[in-house]
Order: sequence, then structure tokens, then C-alpha cells
Amino acid sequence: MNAREKEFTSASGGGPAGPADAGERNLAPATQSPHAPASPAPAVGSSRPHESARAQVAGLATYIDDLPELKGTLHAAPILSPVAHGRLRSVDARAALQLPGVRGVVLAADIPGDPVLATFVHDEPIFARDTVQHAGQVIGLVVAESVMEARRAARQVRLDIEALPAVLDVRQAHAARSYVLPPVTVRRGEPEAALARSPHRLSGRLEVGGQEHFYLEGQVAYAIPLEQDQWHIHSSTQHPGEVQHWVAHALGLENNAVTVECRRMGGGFGGKETQAGHMAVWAALAARKLRRPVKLRLDRDDDFMVTGKRHPFAYDWEVGFDGGGRITGLKLAMLANCGFSADLSGPVADRAIFHTDNAYFLSDVEIASYRCRTNVQSHTAFRGFGGPQGVILIEAILGDIARHLALDPLDVRMRNLYGAGDGRDVTHYRMKVEDNILQPLLSRLEQSSQYRRRRQAIAAWNAGSSVIKRGIAITPVKFGISFTATFFNQAGALVHVFTDGSVQLNHGGTEMGQGLHTKIMQLVADELGVPFERVRVTATETGKVPNASATAASSGTDLNGRAAQFAARNIKGNLAAFVAGLDGCGAGAVSFQAGQVVSPKQTRSFDQVVKLAYANRIQLWSDGFYRTPKIHYDKVTLTGRPFYYFSYGAACSEVAIDALTGESRVLAVDILHDVGHSINPALDIGQIEGGFIQGMGWLTTEQLVWNARGELATHAPSTYKIPATGDLPARWQVELWPEPNPEDNVGRSKAVGEPPFMLAISVWEAIRDAVAAGGGEPRALAAPATAEQVLRALGDGPASGTTPG
Amino acid sequence: MEARTIRFIRRGEVVSAGNVPPDRTLLELLREDLGATGTKEGCGEGDCGACTVVVAEPAEPQASHGPGGLRYKAINSCIRLAHSVDGLALWTVEDLQAADGTLHPAQEALVRCHGSQCGFCTPGFVMSLFGMYQNHVCQGRPVTRELAQAELSGNLCRCTGYRPILDAAQQMAQLPAVRVDEQRLAAQLQAIHPAAVEDTASAGAAYWSPERLDSLLSLRAAHPQAQLVAGCTDVGLWVTKRHLRFGQVLDLTRVEELRRIARVADGGLAIGAAVTLTDAFAALVAQRPQLKAFGERFAGLPVRNSGTLGGNIANGSPIGDSMPLLIALGARLVLASRRGERELALEDFYTGYRQTVLAPDEVVARILVPVPAAGEFLRAYKISKRFDDDISAVCLVVRLVLDAHNTIRQVGIGAGGVAATPARARRTEALLLDKGWTEQAALEAAASLRAEFQPISDMRASADYRRQVLGNLMRRLWLESQGQAGINLESLRLQEVTG
Repeated sequence: MNAREKEFTSASGGGPAGPADAGERNLAPATQSPHAPASPAPAVGSSRPHESARAQVAGLATYIDDLPELKGTLHAAPILSPVAHGRLRSVDARAALQLPGVRGVVLAADIPGDPVLATFVHDEPIFARDTVQHAGQVIGLVVAESVMEARRAARQVRLDIEALPAVLDVRQAHAARSYVLPPVTVRRGEPEAALARSPHRLSGRLEVGGQEHFYLEGQVAYAIPLEQDQWHIHSSTQHPGEVQHWVAHALGLENNAVTVECRRMGGGFGGKETQAGHMAVWAALAARKLRRPVKLRLDRDDDFMVTGKRHPFAYDWEVGFDGGGRITGLKLAMLANCGFSADLSGPVADRAIFHTDNAYFLSDVEIASYRCRTNVQSHTAFRGFGGPQGVILIEAILGDIARHLALDPLDVRMRNLYGAGDGRDVTHYRMKVEDNILQPLLSRLEQSSQYRRRRQAIAAWNAGSSVIKRGIAITPVKFGISFTATFFNQAGALVHVFTDGSVQLNHGGTEMGQGLHTKIMQLVADELGVPFERVRVTATETGKVPNASATAASSGTDLNGRAAQFAARNIKGNLAAFVAGLDGCGAGAVSFQAGQVVSPKQTRSFDQVVKLAYANRIQLWSDGFYRTPKIHYDKVTLTGRPFYYFSYGAACSEVAIDALTGESRVLAVDILHDVGHSINPALDIGQIEGGFIQGMGWLTTEQLVWNARGELATHAPSTYKIPATGDLPARWQVELWPEPNPEDNVGRSKAVGEPPFMLAISVWEAIRDAVAAGGGEPRALAAPATAEQVLRALGDGPASGTTPG
Repeated sequence: MEARTIRFIRRGEVVSAGNVPPDRTLLELLREDLGATGTKEGCGEGDCGACTVVVAEPAEPQASHGPGGLRYKAINSCIRLAHSVDGLALWTVEDLQAADGTLHPAQEALVRCHGSQCGFCTPGFVMSLFGMYQNHVCQGRPVTRELAQAELSGNLCRCTGYRPILDAAQQMAQLPAVRVDEQRLAAQLQAIHPAAVEDTASAGAAYWSPERLDSLLSLRAAHPQAQLVAGCTDVGLWVTKRHLRFGQVLDLTRVEELRRIARVADGGLAIGAAVTLTDAFAALVAQRPQLKAFGERFAGLPVRNSGTLGGNIANGSPIGDSMPLLIALGARLVLASRRGERELALEDFYTGYRQTVLAPDEVVARILVPVPAAGEFLRAYKISKRFDDDISAVCLVVRLVLDAHNTIRQVGIGAGGVAATPARARRTEALLLDKGWTEQAALEAAASLRAEFQPISDMRASADYRRQVLGNLMRRLWLESQGQAGINLESLRLQEVTG
């Protein structure tokens, strides 16, 4: 075991001895007070606490609603459609305007620019005008002196809506060819012929539910009018550049009139990629009409009703396979429930196609993808971005194949893995899998989790237990890293060195808790050879780094980290050339480390060199720019190399279900995940654990329910249940794969935000394993596997009897 | 007349807030009036815990507490009325860091364990940890994993997956200790103790918080239109979500007679209507230890620390978990007014969906819970989407009293989530009474329970599922009564299954 691996292991939670000693293994270095002595060690590779951690625990980290309010600030609340589909005949706000504190109402007629949002498809009105298209659609705003006055008044606005038939079911939409975007089919080989030749065939259907982001900080924007029709927007957004573009478009201005700022979000998870733009546009329109600063902070229930969620999917599939469970042919249709507008549904559904292989070679395959329009919220980005909806299907199919053949599902999965140089290493979208570590990674997890021994023990338990049935599953993930929209794979940064030697960092990425700023500060500190404590990061702002892509697709560090590293490298180059001139050596002979600048002739402090350089009129700040190499693909056929590399991982989950009630518990989880060379192991483990639990929620307790009228009935945490502390597995072990990224990614690291989410599919597969053990029909289990779903899948299996086993 | 000035102790100083409307929430007071924005609003309904703050007051005589005589409670500020902290000590997340910048152990442990990511839930977790620090660490009791999971179940985090936060909870005690100066604080609390309210004549805005039952009843009689509140864990939502306004609020949580838990002559409990769910469940569990898990699954700790058993009953929600339990236990209610007291069976209190027999001048005063009988077999089952801090899809509580010949001499069955009101399963009870407790009897009871109720389908569960589970839980009761262990996920431990 090399030193790096050892460090990673010691940083990971849990351990063979269980959770009791997990904490001791996870102690980070004591936190630095602002004036603590700086550490000379390199920052990259160390488990530094989040750059805002001290402020967060002291209640001193500000979110948008915490900012001091400017004099005259008003508050807006949305007017929501109570009807899923209808003709909007009139809006009567007289009663609302009579209420104390109310200052105005803002409707579509008040939009000076384009009344349609500046989305790619251009299909979503800013405010509903003639028709309403989902229950919860925003028709306008009430603006008042206080938040509660605005919210109370918004309920008093009378809407005259003639109800029209609503499409609420994705299969109904598909049957009616109701789509937000045209269907896409990806095909390789001869799937029909392959299916016909296959020794075994299975077909089925699957329904997988959506997911509410439930960022703890709800959607919020604060729009401040400046002089000469310029605007400053505080937005809790993953994509300030798009907010800027949307606000300018709605106000009928050029982008240069709008500055968007975001210091941090209280969680994003994809829910603040496009959805945050709506808040900002609405707040800006209200501010323009009332000529006052306007803040719009959605009530949690309204947030649920207004904003899009993870796309629910439905599938029809048919698979052929041989006696060993190896897939020989696959044909499937995936129906994405997109809601009433396209939003990001195109790329989400594309990514579902790209990940239908997950870790497995599919020789003859056809995937037809339908982007269905329904009268619900417009579904949007959510961690994994369609990937989970692709992965869960193939994992379900492989589990079904194994049970059909009475084989161990892990053996079937192993047999289907991508190979290396054996003709089984090209994806269905024609990308060669060059960095495949699936086989060794799965084998190692099989050993470390003692999967085989436990499976035997579980079988013995199940034979003797009538009520509690246990299940276990290992599932892998292979996740493509890069925006599938190739042009998004660019980033900029701006690094300043001030005359005292302190460093200020700005880049186009946004901080939503993932630790992006911390990692990039580590990279910049090491590039300049200064202690981490000398680097500060500022709010993300469109005026500092323009045209930045969304912080999404797990790419925040890959893109912005490299751009920031390049910016710092430029400054270092200037300083090295300067020192080389002083000392009569080559610039390449000058090195930067531990706050020192070392030439063959002399060692000076970084601060001293900076002072000298400034006096000699050397530029002490620089931009940096990065674009991802190697990627390209055909947007029509979805073929090419959409991804720079793949991130890999695997999880072994064990569950127990109750055959009397259908309740389930996750008992133990072992994860082995690949982040390349970790820039910050603690932060990476935080992403792995958090992503896994979020995925577990998606597949177990987090059920979105729309009633027959199309109203979302689960619109608050009282009815929508994300995992809580008690849902953690009693055994919970995370290990990092010890190898670097073979591609030249920043620090040889790998992206980590989204891939671990899909490891939770092992929980769902383990539940299906337990359902099978209980004599039920795992293929009847939809996701999420609520207690009711599990009991239904168990059917009248023998386990539901009263006689002790 | 304006509601009177609120005074509480924060950072060792008296904070005064005048002209605060009776229906203003504590979170609004903190964030909007006092500019203390460290405390966050995540949901506005007491379900996420981002708004958690800690209050302390002199301890009740019967409660176990520290030498300073203070009790610390983590509560949800988003649904708590501002006036309810009048006379208390209050801590928010901004109040724990020392003047020299040193973090409190609750904070430092979170930083070291990487327990904050986006940081928005963090202030709430810090305060729940602070509550645990005061109530456990400072009392020399360790914070175990199980305790941390139970006490943090009302705080949601969407980023971390909780493991680092639980680590932090267990590690706080290893950091240099920080103590509250309880003697000084007790003196300060004494000094700001609100004067008793005796004046019942008020036409304007008012927040009455009397300390004597006769005052409460006079106020109730004089102001039947005033909103009666206790812990406000449901009425708070009427303010934040239904946007109701209350010009006059009558808060019964300070009424001494209603804050007591007394032993009655036969050994049973008389639980005052102002006793918090935390304390009420503690008393119930002391008599019936098998209710521990059920009590801990009732909402989250901050809700249990504010909410009262009396409020849960008076509120009359069909999905409140305490009613099925109390029905099964054969609990009775004492209602009080200036006209006198009357006593009735709990299930006779409800007349329809959220409708009760309570007269306009009347309050729920006490809940009478009989002592466990010899031969009692009691189980409380709760089925919900999430184990902790969720509302029941189905709640079933069964109490059997068996004689030496295995004959059922008493039976109480309370069910929640299956009718418009919390319900007693009378037909099934009648079926079982005086029968032998056999597998056949259990099967018949299961079928009877399924037939006895017509539950609805909603976002929590379908009617079919509810019916099916009602019967299946009766099957579980049979198995458990026969000594079968390891058939309930609630109590299943990993070591039991891995050996």
C-alpha cells in the first residue's frame, strides 16, 4: 500500500470495526483561526476543512436572505395557477392590492423584453399568459413591504381559468405523441436479429419516480436597480452567466447591463441550474416596475409547486442473453416525463441514453428516447442529470437476468463488464473505454465487503426467517465526465496577487457546499507555492469571469480548477522571469514552495518578491482559461467522444425488509470509489457519502405524488421524506481507489459530484433481492421502493403468513 | 393595547422587544427585528430543523437536570411564537463562539469532522448539538451513536449524508469543555420573570401567558375568540402556511397546574396539558418501557420539546400518534372551565374531523393514563415512509390484558391514519374480549380490523395498503406475544443479523 492510499484509507469513515470508531479515523487537523501560523506543506491532497466551515458553524456565512437589505427593499411572492391545464381568462388583483403593505402586482404585460425565457428551446413563458400549463405555474407576483404581506396578498388574487384536459401520465403523453422535443434513437448492430437468436429472452416495464432537490436554502434572488438601467442581481444560482443572460433578455437590455453575484448556495444539486434564473428574472421585473430593490424568496411549499424536479422515467425493454447471463441483444424505449416545457430535458434524456450501458458492453442495442410533455412542473437538472435513469434500467435488467437464470447477480454483472482490447470496449455511442478499471475495482470490493460469505449467511437467515428478509447487491458505476453540450466545457479564472503577497481568487464556478472553492484554493496555493491561508476566494460574479458555464456535470473542479491553476501559473511565470533577471539565471530554475521563491542564487520570501516585482512594474494578476481536450460528438446521432474520461465506483449494500409491512432498512454499505488523485479526500468522501444517501432517498423514501387534478400532493418536508439521521446504515465504509486519473485532468484527480449518487442503486437492487427471497416478484417493484411498493411486490408470497419459519 | 414587551436573556444580556404582534414567530423576531440572520428558515413548518435554537428555563421540580436547575431545549423557531420566549434564556448559532474567536465544542467538532457542506442546515445542527452538550456532556453522560441519531432526527441535511455530523456529536466531549454560568443565568432569569397576568380585560392585541389555572380559565371565558396555544407546533403552521392572523393569543404553557405530571391514587399518571411531548413520553416510557422507540419516532426532538401532549389531543388531527396510544391505554381526559371540571374517555372527545366536544370557555387540563395491569401485553406500531420524524400512514396500538389461562380480560385498540379521527377499534375489541389469545383469534382480529375501517388513499399510502397493514400488524402482535424476536426492523440490529 503506498503512502497516498494509506492516507485515503485513514481519511475514510467507518472501518471494519464499524461506525463506533469511524470518527476517530476521520479527525481532520485542528481548524486554523485566521491568524494561525501557516503550514508549509502542499495543500493539494490534504483534508482541509471547507473554506467556509468556521463561518458556517458560527452562523456568520451569509446567504442571500441574510444580506443587509437596502433601503426601500420590497418583497415579492408568486401568484400560482391552481389548475394543471387551462385557459387563463383574467387576473383580478384588486383585493390583493387593497391589503396593507401591498405595493403592486407584476404580470406578463409588465415585461419590457421578450415575454418568453431565453432558454435554448424558447418554449417557456416568464409568466403564464393565455394558458396555464401546470398547477403551480407562476402567473405573476405580488410585491409588498414584507414577505408575509406579499404571500398573504398573493392568495387573494382571483384567477379566472377555464380548465382544459390535462396530460398527467407519461405513457398517456407518449401515446398522444405529446413531446417537448423530438424523439432520439441510438442504435448499434442488429438488435432485432440478435434478440431473435438469443437463447433466453426477457421483457418488462419499469417506472422510476422523480426527486425533489430539497436544497435546504430555498430559491431566492435579490434584484437591485443601479443607475442608468444597470442591474445587480444576487442569485442563489449554479449558473450566474445564464441568470445574467435571462435577466437582460427579459428586461430588453444587453448582457453588459446586468451583473450577477453568488457567494454561496445553501445546496443546489442541479435545482439551481436553470430554476434559479426564474427567481432572478421575476425579481428583476418587479424591481423594474416598482423602481425599488426587490427580493423574492419562495416559501418551501411554493418552491415545491413551482420548480422542476428529477425527471420521472418509464421504460419498456426486451433483452436477449446467453446461459451465463451475458447480454446478446437489447431493445428499449425510455419515456422521460419532462413536464410542460423543454428546460434541460434534451441533454438530460441524452445522458440517460449515454448511461444505459452503465458499466456493460452492449453489442446489439437500440435505445429510443421520448421526451414527453405533461402538465406538471418542468423537470430539470438533478445530480446525475439523466445518468441515474439510464443506470437503474440496465441494473434492473441484469438483476432480472440473474434471477431468471438462478445465477448470482454479481457474476452476471461481471460477465457483462466492458473489457479491454477484446472488442468489448466501445460504447453504444462509439466511444472507446480506454481507462477501464471495472474488473479490478469490482473484484476488490467483492473481497473487502466479503460479499460471497455474506450472501451465504443471508441465504441461511432467509431460510429461517419468515418476517424479516434480507438482500444484498453490488452494483458498479461508470460515469462520463464532461458536459455533453461540448461548448460548455470551458472555464475562466482571475487571480490577483496584492502587494502584500496575499492572493485573491475568482473563478466561474459556484459554491453549493461541494467544496469547489476549497479545492481551487488548494490548487492555486500550491501553484504559487504559498500557504493555503494566503489565498482567499471571492463571490462568483459575472463581472469578474464572464460567460462561465454552469457549475454542473461534476465538472466544477476539472474546469475552473485548471483555469485558476493557469491564471496562477501566468503570475508565477511573470515572477519567475523577474527573479531570473535579478539573479541572472533561467526562469525555469526559479521555484516556488512553502512561501519561498528559490533561485540558484538566492532564496527570497514570496512577499518580498511580490514587493520587488510591483516596484518594477511586473503584472501581479492574471486570467486563466481552460477548455477540455479530446471531446467531440455528433448531436444528431449521439456518437463520438462526449466524455473526457470516466469516473468509476461500486457499492455493496445489504438491506432487510419486513414482509408484513414492506418497510425496509439499509443495514450495511461498502463503497469503493474512484476519484483519481484526490485533491481533498475529506471533501471527496463527503461527496461520496452525501451523494449515496441522496440516491438512497430517491430509491426508498422520496416519493413524489401528484393527485388526479395534477397538484403535487407532497409539497413540503412533512409529506416528502428525504433521509434523516436514523436512515444511515449501521455499517458504512468508504474507500478511495488508489490510482490517478490517466487523463491529464487537474492534479490527476477525477470529478466526484454526481457518480456516487448512482451507487445507491445497489440499495434498490438489494431490496429486489430481498423481495425475491420473500417469494415476491422483484420485477413488480417500482422506484422508489416505499413500504407500500415493497409489500405490493411481495404479493401473497409465502412470507406473509403468520407461522414462524 | 399592544402586547407587552418581550424580555429574554441572550449572550448574558437582557434583550427587550416591544410592540411585537402576538402572532409573530420567533424566527421573524430573530431575523427581521433583531438582525440575527444566523438562524435559517428551511421549511417554515418545523420539519427540517434549520431554524433550531435553544431555550432554557428553570427546571420542573420532578425533572432530572443539572446543578444549576436549568433545562435546555432545542426548539424550532420558525413555528414558535416570539412571545413564548418571554422570560427564558435563548441561544442562537451566533451566541456560542467565544469573544476571542474560539468555537464552542459543538461547532469545533463539526468543523473537524467536515460536518458542514452547503452550511444552510448547519446552524440548526449546531444548536441541536449544543442542546445535547448541555443536557448530556455537561451532565457527564456520553453521547452515543444511538443518542445522536435520536436527538438529531429533527434536523435534515441534504449534503453530508449525516455520518460526519454524528461523528461530531460523539466527539464534542473530547474538546476543551465550555460551561454556561448557570448561577448567573438563573439570577438573570429570576430578575426578568414576567409578572403574572391577571387582567382579563383587553380589546386590543394581546398575548396572555397566565401562570395559574384560575387565571387561564378566566381569560378563556372572557376571550373565547383568542387563539389558545401550547407548544404551537401545529398552530405555528396556521401562521406560516395558512397565513392566519391572531390578534389575541392565550398561551397555557406557563400554567403551573398544567405543567405537572402527577401519580394518581391507583399509580396511574395525570399528565398536565402543558407538559411537553418529551416529558410526557418520558413518563409513559418509565411505566411502559416498550414505548421508547414509539416515543422517539414521534416527530423530531425540537417538536417534542415544544409540542405538548394536551395540544396533540386538543388539535384532533386524525394522524397524531399519541391518540391511538392513549385510546389503547384507556386514557381519560379532564376538561376544565370556570364552571368546573368534567372527565371523559379520550375517544369521546372527538366528534368529527378536527372537531371536539370542547366548549368555547373550556380547556384540556389533564390526561389520565391508567397504570399497567398485571398480564398486560402492549405494542405500538407506526408505519410511515421514513422511520424518524414522519407522520404515520398507519398507527396501531394494541393493549391486551391476559389472565393466567391466556384469556383476554381487557383489550384496547387505537388506530391512526385509518379514519377521520383517531379511532378505537370497538368491533375488534369486542371480538377479542374474553376470548382465548390464540393464533386463530389473532387471524380473526386481523380480518376484523381490516373490515372495521374505511381508510382513504392519499400521498402517504393507499387505502388498500392501510387496510392490509392493519391486519398484518395484528399478525405481528401475535408473533411477538409468542416471544418471537427479530421480526421488527425498528429493533433489528446489525450484529443480530451478522452474528
